[in-house]
Amino acid sequence: MTLDPKIPRGPLGEKWTLFKDSTGLISPANKRKFKILVVGSGLAGASAAATLGEQGYQVECFCYQDSPRRAHSVAAQGGINAAKNYQNDGDSVFRLFHDTIKGGDFRSREANVYRLAEVSTFIIDQCVAQGVPFAREYSGLLANRSFGGAQVSRTFYARGQTGQQLLLGAYQALQRQVALGQVKMFPRTEMLDLVLVRGHAKGIIVRDLVTGRVDSHAADVVLLCTGGYSNIFYLSTNAKGCNVTATYRAYKQGALFANPCYTQIHPTCIPASGDYQSKLTLMSESLRNDGRVWVPKNKEDCFKTPEGIPEIGRDYYLERKYPSYGNLAPRDIASRSAKEVCDEERGVGPGGRGVYLDFIDAMRRLGRSVIEERYGNLFKIYNNITGEDAYESPMRIYPAAHYTMGGLWVDYNLMSNIPGLYVLGEANFSDHGANRLGASALMQGLADGYFIIPYTLTAYLVTQLGVRRPSPDHPAFRSAEHKVSARTAQLLSIRGNRSTDSLHRELGLLLWDNCGMARSRESLERALEEIPKIREEFWKNASVPGSGEEFNQSLEKAGRVADFLEFGELLCRDALHREESCGGHFRIEHQTDEGEALRDDENYSYVAAWNFNGEHVAPSLIKEHLAYESIQPTTRSYK
Amino acid sequence: MNFHLKVWRQAGPRAPGRMVDYEARNIPSEASFLEMLDIVNEELTSKKEVPIQFDHDCREGICGACGLTINGIPHGCGYAGGETTCQLYMRKFSNGSTIYVEPFRASSFPVLCDLSVDRSAFDRIIQAGGFISGRSGSASDANACPIPKATAELAMDAAACIGCGACVAACPNGSATLFVAAKVTHLELLPQGKLEAQQRVLNMIHATDAEGFGGCSNFYECEAVCPAGIPVEFISRANRHYTMASLRTVIGNF
Repeated sequence: MTLDPKIPRGPLGEKWTLFKDSTGLISPANKRKFKILVVGSGLAGASAAATLGEQGYQVECFCYQDSPRRAHSVAAQGGINAAKNYQNDGDSVFRLFHDTIKGGDFRSREANVYRLAEVSTFIIDQCVAQGVPFAREYSGLLANRSFGGAQVSRTFYARGQTGQQLLLGAYQALQRQVALGQVKMFPRTEMLDLVLVRGHAKGIIVRDLVTGRVDSHAADVVLLCTGGYSNIFYLSTNAKGCNVTATYRAYKQGALFANPCYTQIHPTCIPASGDYQSKLTLMSESLRNDGRVWVPKNKEDCFKTPEGIPEIGRDYYLERKYPSYGNLAPRDIASRSAKEVCDEERGVGPGGRGVYLDFIDAMRRLGRSVIEERYGNLFKIYNNITGEDAYESPMRIYPAAHYTMGGLWVDYNLMSNIPGLYVLGEANFSDHGANRLGASALMQGLADGYFIIPYTLTAYLVTQLGVRRPSPDHPAFRSAEHKVSARTAQLLSIRGNRSTDSLHRELGLLLWDNCGMARSRESLERALEEIPKIREEFWKNASVPGSGEEFNQSLEKAGRVADFLEFGELLCRDALHREESCGGHFRIEHQTDEGEALRDDENYSYVAAWNFNGEHVAPSLIKEHLAYESIQPTTRSYK
Repeated sequence: MNFHLKVWRQAGPRAPGRMVDYEARNIPSEASFLEMLDIVNEELTSKKEVPIQFDHDCREGICGACGLTINGIPHGCGYAGGETTCQLYMRKFSNGSTIYVEPFRASSFPVLCDLSVDRSAFDRIIQAGGFISGRSGSASDANACPIPKATAELAMDAAACIGCGACVAACPNGSATLFVAAKVTHLELLPQGKLEAQQRVLNMIHATDAEGFGGCSNFYECEAVCPAGIPVEFISRANRHYTMASLRTVIGNF
């Protein structure tokens, strides 16, 4: 199989315009006839469903939450990037594009990233028109803050709740379409399989999480907007329900999974404090604008109170190692540096897995009230969780799994290799390469949903004019339903005595230790050896109480963990094959003398797309080579 | 820490429910309330019993999915002071105490299973008018219309609502007025939302009535439990708008 990314011809800056001018159009009379399934209702899903509904398509939208307003995009704190250059500080579409490509360690597709930077400016217009209450200056104009990996201030924000406000904007637009009858919403509904008819994605199998009923939905096209798979680590900043099931089931139906090993570990999270812990809480990266990261210079000082350590005894290691970006070094670098100092036994707090994030200088410079205004809600969250007051003494933070750059492979149109299957937002692999910059996830989700899919979808739909939509009674749906029901029955029949949570925790710890912030051939081979054992234990000894025909959260979890247990192998296999370090993928065998990631552009400048070849058979690797025309890949330096 | 739990168990929407006793043993004081329930559920699961079902997702206080009535108070915030259930920590309880755990109680929020309730009425209220109409791609430049900082901040105060439903559960009337007032205020304050403000407040309040929520009679219980700190002043604001909008529909614009 060869992969055609379908990048339009023409100079980089004109590709998207040329594409829009030449792509097929669907008349209003025909739009009414097409049915579109949107799985997921986060920024990508809600914005796509609302926009496509607005355009006159029949849309059905699914989410596992009780309301689309709760999708995990809601939790994004810091902000959304856009190349508005309202600050007149030298920003431009090209610079945002450049920063994103560089931030991604030259492992993303130029054309996609340029388009993202290009449409970023419209997102802000769109959101303001929807009533998103972005932060403003006294002039009444929009305010900006700076964020990791950038030297300009291009991040728009709504206190520490930017994701919430953007999602509510998209959610409200979606609800408007629901009221108009353009979108039918299916909350508390989980997609359990993708259905292909004659090789095209034509529907999905879902389970109603209240009644347990398994149902088929047939359509002309399917959009997966189901987010990432950070929860494979068990402890992550993701919501408890986030899972890989939709994308993994699509993979098993033939969709290629690209770069699964590119996972992002976020540098600023509240450290874990015990085994009972169910999730890790992020403290927005925006805190690094004013907070200074440090640990004691001597490990003997780690047990002292931070106030007891004089200035001379403190190691502001990010400022020391990266003088030009300092505390705003990109996430992968900041995380790895935190791990390094903790590995040197200079970490603080329980278990020595923590570093200080100190605001004392910022409060001296700006006054406490400014810090309160900027980060008040974050300080409150921190206080509530840890019982400590960050105005008085520095926060303790530690990296945690946060975002996954890998995802289903898509072409420029955001369509996977399965005709009719589109993948948007975090669920696809397309824009962030090997590392995502802060405030770029919200940008990508909304770019995909509001501004890209309405144009690129028609490229497929014009080929489907006059093609009859299969009915949900088609044999392909019937057999997929049977498969889903059989799997549910299998899960319920294990009747062992270990909770699926405990097995998930075991998998998560294994991956965190062996395929986390630093990876090696040895650790990955170990993980690949251990994962099948946990999987075996799962199918022998998991306890999934209750039945399939009722509200059953144990069953929901069991299905998701079962998929993580298979997907974990793919993640490690990809990490093992990539004999280089880039972005979030750090192989300890491949580093410079100074301990920085050492890329191998000659051999690994490609997207690794994995093809499922059947149960118990190794997947095959298909490469999409990355060509850089506008930017010369360089060694990433933030010094 | 150890706790005696009395938990509402209800197998399905139409099944009868009852309080069931459980022991929560060896709970770390740093655990959140939901993590305490996780530990209890872990034990139930290993005994092949059906664990306690409750809604939750982000576990960082922003998604609005979780919501338990703890010792009679929605989100149990008698202890934490305006936080979601997931942000309530066990160190706030005294060791050995008895804790009553129930779902949010309101006739417009029917119980689905155990502690999980159906809050889809909130979505339908938003459908009635909780938005600004505008097609994707049709917006003018974001800075074309400056908005005074104070106005934007006030709108943000209102927009912070997480839609958890604690306001309804806390209200003796089962009123959703704080929820509606927050959305009406958020959108009506902004120039972009003014055009539709009159119709919005009418439609949203009528939808709220149709869903069977009670009226507001100024108990202010909602404000006391709101995890997003939505103040009751927004209710007066929304009422004023509603009155003016109603008048205008009778006597025309003036």
